[in-house]
Amino acid sequence: MRIDIPFIVDHLPLLWQGMKVTLLLTLLGIVLGIALGALLAIARLSGIRPLTVAAAAYVDLFRLLPLLLIIFWVYFLLPLWLGRPIGGFYSALVSFVLYEAAYFSEIIRSGILGIRRGQINAGLASGLSYAGTMRHIVLPQALRNMLPVLLVQCINLFKSTSLVYVVGVNDFLMAADVIGTKDNRLIEMYGFVALVYFTACFLASLAVNRLQRRYAL
Amino acid sequence: MIAIDKVSKWYGRTQVLADCTTAVARGEVVVVCGPSGSGKSTLIKCVNGLEPFQQGSITVDGVSVGDKATKLAKLRARIGMVFQSFELYPHMTATENITLAPIKVLGRDRVEAVARAHALLERVGMREFADRYPANLSGGQQQRVAIARALAMEPIAMLFDEPTSALDPETITEVLDAMMALAQDGMTMIVVTHEMGFASKVAHRVVFMDGGRIVEDAPKAEFFDRPHSPRAQAFLSKILRH
Ligand SMILES: Nc1ncnc2c1ncn2[C@@H]1O[C@H](COP(=O)(O)OP(=O)(O)OP(=O)(O)O)[C@@H](O)[C@H]1O
Ligand SMILES: [Mg+2]
Repeated sequence: MRIDIPFIVDHLPLLWQGMKVTLLLTLLGIVLGIALGALLAIARLSGIRPLTVAAAAYVDLFRLLPLLLIIFWVYFLLPLWLGRPIGGFYSALVSFVLYEAAYFSEIIRSGILGIRRGQINAGLASGLSYAGTMRHIVLPQALRNMLPVLLVQCINLFKSTSLVYVVGVNDFLMAADVIGTKDNRLIEMYGFVALVYFTACFLASLAVNRLQRRYAL
Repeated sequence: MIAIDKVSKWYGRTQVLADCTTAVARGEVVVVCGPSGSGKSTLIKCVNGLEPFQQGSITVDGVSVGDKATKLAKLRARIGMVFQSFELYPHMTATENITLAPIKVLGRDRVEAVARAHALLERVGMREFADRYPANLSGGQQQRVAIARALAMEPIAMLFDEPTSALDPETITEVLDAMMALAQDGMTMIVVTHEMGFASKVAHRVVFMDGGRIVEDAPKAEFFDRPHSPRAQAFLSKILRH
C-alpha cells in the first residue's frame, strides 16, 4: 500500500472549500449556541418560576436526545410544518445551536453559581446595583472559571459538525469523501481528515490546559 | 444615626431575630458579641438591607431601610461593610478593588479615584501593595485593603462582621490597629467581634445577643464589670479565660 501525498496536495483547494463550511458551522454554532445558552442560564437563574421550569425542561430535553436525531427532526420534520425545505446547512446549524445551547447554558449557569454569595454581598454593600454587581464582579470571575470547559465544548462542536454528512452538506469530511471515492483514494483522504481533526483538537486542548493552569487560583 | 427598633426576622418558620432594639449615635462604636448562631451577622446585614426583615424598623441617618420606596443601593453606598472572609474581588488589584464603587457608583474620575485609593492604602499601611492581586496578599493584608475599600465611599458608618476571626493570631493586631485608628477618627461603627481587648479599648457600648435576642445592651464598663444576664456572664468568663 502506497500513500499518494501529491494526490492530497493536488486536492487541497477542494478540501479547503469543505473546511470553510466546517469552520463556518462551528463558528456560528458557538456564537449562537452561547447566546441562546446564556439566555437559558439567565432564565434558569432568574428565580421566576415559569422561566426556571421552562429553561430546565429545555436543557434536560436536549441533553437526553442524540444530536443526529435532532438533525433529522429539523431536516425532515420541520419542513413539513413550515411548508418548505430549509436545506442541509441551515438544518444542521439550527440543530447545533439548539443542542449546544443546552450544554453551554449548564456551563454558564454553574460558572455563575460557583461565585460565592459573599462576593455578591460585597458588591451590593458597596452600593452597586444587582446588575452592576453581576457585570463587574460575578460575570468576569464566572467567565474566567468556565473558560476551559467552554473551550472543550467548542472542540466537541467542531468534531460534531462532521455529522452534517447525513444531510448532504459539503463540509470537510464530505469533500474528502467525494474526492476519495471518485479516485479510489479513500485511505489518503480519511487519513488526512483524521490528521487534520486530530491536530486541530490537540492544539486546542493544549490551549485549554494552559488556560487552566494560568487561572488555577 | 442608626436606630434599630423591635426588629424580628424569620427564615421560613425559624425565628432568627426577635424584637431587637438598639441605637448607635454618631461617632459611637458598638461591639456586638454572643455565641455562634445568635443572629449577630443577620442583624448587621439587616442594617444595610442585605437581609430583609419582617417586623420592626431600622433607620440609618433618617432613611428607613425596610421601606419599599427606599433606594437600597443608594443607602448602601453610604454604609461601609467589612466581612469575615474579606471578599476582595480576586480578579482585581488592591487599587481596582478600592476604585470600583467610587467610579461606578459615585461617578468619580478614574485618576482622582486612584489617587484617593493610594492615600487610603497608605492610611492602612498597604501603599506598597497597591498593584497586588488579593491571592498574593496575606489575610491581614487583604482585610486592611477591604477596610480601605469601604472607606473609599466616604461612609457615614461602618459595619464589621467578625473582621479578624478568619485571621492568624499574628495578623489580627494589624487589622485591629486600623480599626482603632478609624474609631479614634470618630467613625460610627458596629463591630461584631469576640476580641474583648478591642471592645474594652475602643467600644462605647457592648451589645450581647443570644438566640436572636439582644440580651444585654450596656456601656462598656458596665458590661465587663457587672453583666446582668447569666448568659452574658457565662459567655464573658468563657471568652476571657481563653
Ligand atoms: N440563609 C439562611 N437560611 C436559614 N437559616 C439561616 C440562614 N442564615 C443564617 N441562618 C440561621 O440564622 C441564625 C443566625 O445566624 P447568624 O449568621 O446571624 O449568626 P451569628 O451570630 O452571626 O453566628 P456566627 O458567630 O457563627 O457568625 C443561625 O441559627 C443560622 O443557622
Ligand atoms: Mg456571623
